[in-house]
Amino acid sequence: MPAQDADVLTVEPVARRGDARSLDTALLIVGLIALWQAGTLVLGKDALPSPVATVTKLAAIIGDEDFPRHAWETARAFLTALVISLAAGLLIGLALGARRLAGEVAEPMLTALYSIPKITLYPVILLLFGLGISAKIAFGVIHGIIPVILFTMNAVRNIPRVYLRSARAMRLTLAQTAGTIIIPAALPEIVSGFRIGFALTLLGTLIGEMFASQRGIGYMLVKAMETGDTATVMSLALLLVVLATAASAALLALDRRLRRHAIAA
Amino acid sequence: MTRAGWIRLALIVGALAVLEAACRYGFVSRDAVIPPSKMLEGSWRALAADETRADIWLTLQNVTLSLVLSLIAGTAAGLLLHKATRLRRALDPLLASYYAVPTFVFYPLFIVLFGLNRWPLIAIGFLFAVVAVIINTLDGLARIPRAFVRTAAVMRLTRTQYALHIILPAAAPWFFTGAKFAVAYSFIGVIAGEFVVSGAGMGHATAFAYNSFDNRMMYGLIVLLFIIVGTINAVFGTVERRLYARAGR
Repeated sequence: MPAQDADVLTVEPVARRGDARSLDTALLIVGLIALWQAGTLVLGKDALPSPVATVTKLAAIIGDEDFPRHAWETARAFLTALVISLAAGLLIGLALGARRLAGEVAEPMLTALYSIPKITLYPVILLLFGLGISAKIAFGVIHGIIPVILFTMNAVRNIPRVYLRSARAMRLTLAQTAGTIIIPAALPEIVSGFRIGFALTLLGTLIGEMFASQRGIGYMLVKAMETGDTATVMSLALLLVVLATAASAALLALDRRLRRHAIAA
Repeated sequence: MTRAGWIRLALIVGALAVLEAACRYGFVSRDAVIPPSKMLEGSWRALAADETRADIWLTLQNVTLSLVLSLIAGTAAGLLLHKATRLRRALDPLLASYYAVPTFVFYPLFIVLFGLNRWPLIAIGFLFAVVAVIINTLDGLARIPRAFVRTAAVMRLTRTQYALHIILPAAAPWFFTGAKFAVAYSFIGVIAGEFVVSGAGMGHATAFAYNSFDNRMMYGLIVLLFIIVGTINAVFGTVERRLYARAGR
C-alpha cells in the first residue's frame, strides 16, 4: 500500500538538515494556525471558533468533571482494540508470510476488505456484540488489523532467503527463528504497518462511539454536532488531531530510525 | 485460474454455504445474522424500491464528485509540491499522520460553509481522498528515473512534450494507485458521513434499516455496497496490473 508510504522516500542522511526541516514544519503549523484565525474572521466566530477560543474551551472541557469518564471510556476501548489489532495482526501476518500459498490465497481477500467502507458493517457488529464497549473494540479491530496483517506478511515475504537458510543450518527452533531472524529483519515494515493500524484503530473506535453509544469522546462529538455546538466540536477535533499527530510522529520517528539502521547494517 | 485462486474461491463458497446452513438450522440467532440467500433477496428489494434506489443513486453521485475533485486537486497539488521541495519536506510529517485524524468531525463546519446540501458530505469524501492522491503523485514523480530526465534535456523536449512523453508514462502506475485509494476513501468518507450525520444516501438507509429492525434490507444494502465497491476495485486492479507490467516493476 504505497499511499501512506511517501515518507519512506525521504531518508535524510544529515541530522542538521533534519533540524532545518523541523523548523520548516513548525513554520508551516504556525501558518496553518494563522489561516485558521483568518477563517474565523471571514466566517464569524459562531461558525469557526478562533484558535484561542478553541484552546480555552478545550481546557474547560478537560477540566469538567464528566470528561475523565468519557476519556477513560474511549481510551479503554481504543487501547484494547489496539493491542488486539497489533498482536493478532502480527501473528496472522507472520503465519501468512511464512506460508506462501496461504498468503497468496488471503492477500486479495484482505485488500478487498481493506478498501470497503467498514462503517456499513457497524450494525452487524452491534447485532453480534450488543451495545457497549465490546462492539467499539470489535469495530476498532476490524479497521486496524488488516493493514498490520498486510504489512507484516509482505515484510516476512521480503526477508532474504539466505537468512532463513542460516536459521535452518543453525537448527533454530521456530520460536528462535521468529524472535532472532524474522522479527528483526521485518521490523521496519512491521512498524509502518503498526503506524497505519494505529491510525485506523483510532478512527474505527471513534466512529463506533459516534454511532449508537452513550459514552466516550465520539459520543461527546456527535452530541455537540447535533446541538450545533461548534466550539465543543472544534475543541474535541483539536484534541484528537494533536493526540493522533503526536502518536503518529513518534511512530514515524521510530520507523525512520529503524530503516536507517536497516540500511546501515 | 491459479491454484491459489481456486482455493480462494472454494474458501469463499464454503464459508457462504456454512453461514447459510448455520442460519437455516438455527445455530446463529436470526436476529443477528440472516442467511446469505436472504441477504441477496434484500439487495433485490433495495434495488426494486424507488426510495432506496434514489439513496443509492445519490451516494454514487456524491462519491463520483468527491473522486473527480480529489483526483484533479490532488494531482495538481502533487505537481506543485514536487516543485516546492522545501514546502514538501516541511509538509511530510503532516501528510504521514494525516489519516490518524477523523476528518468527518469537521462536518458541522462544512455545513456552515456550504449549507445543508450534498456538498458537506462531498467535502468529507474529498478531504479523505485527496491526500492519498497527493502522496501517490509525489511518489510517482520522485521515482522518475534520472536518465529519463537527462534524455529529455538532451533531446530539448518542450514542457508539454516532457509532460506527455516522460512524466505521464513514467508516473502513471503511481497516479493509478492514488486513484484506487481515492475510490476507496471517497466511498468511506461519503458513507461514513451519511451514516453518522446525514438524512439521505446509502449509509443513512443502512442505519435506518438497522434502527427499524429491518435486517433483510440492512444486509441487502451492505451486500449491494460491497458488490459495487468490489467491482470497481476489480476493474481498477486489472488496469493497474497491466500498467505495472508495462512499467516493468
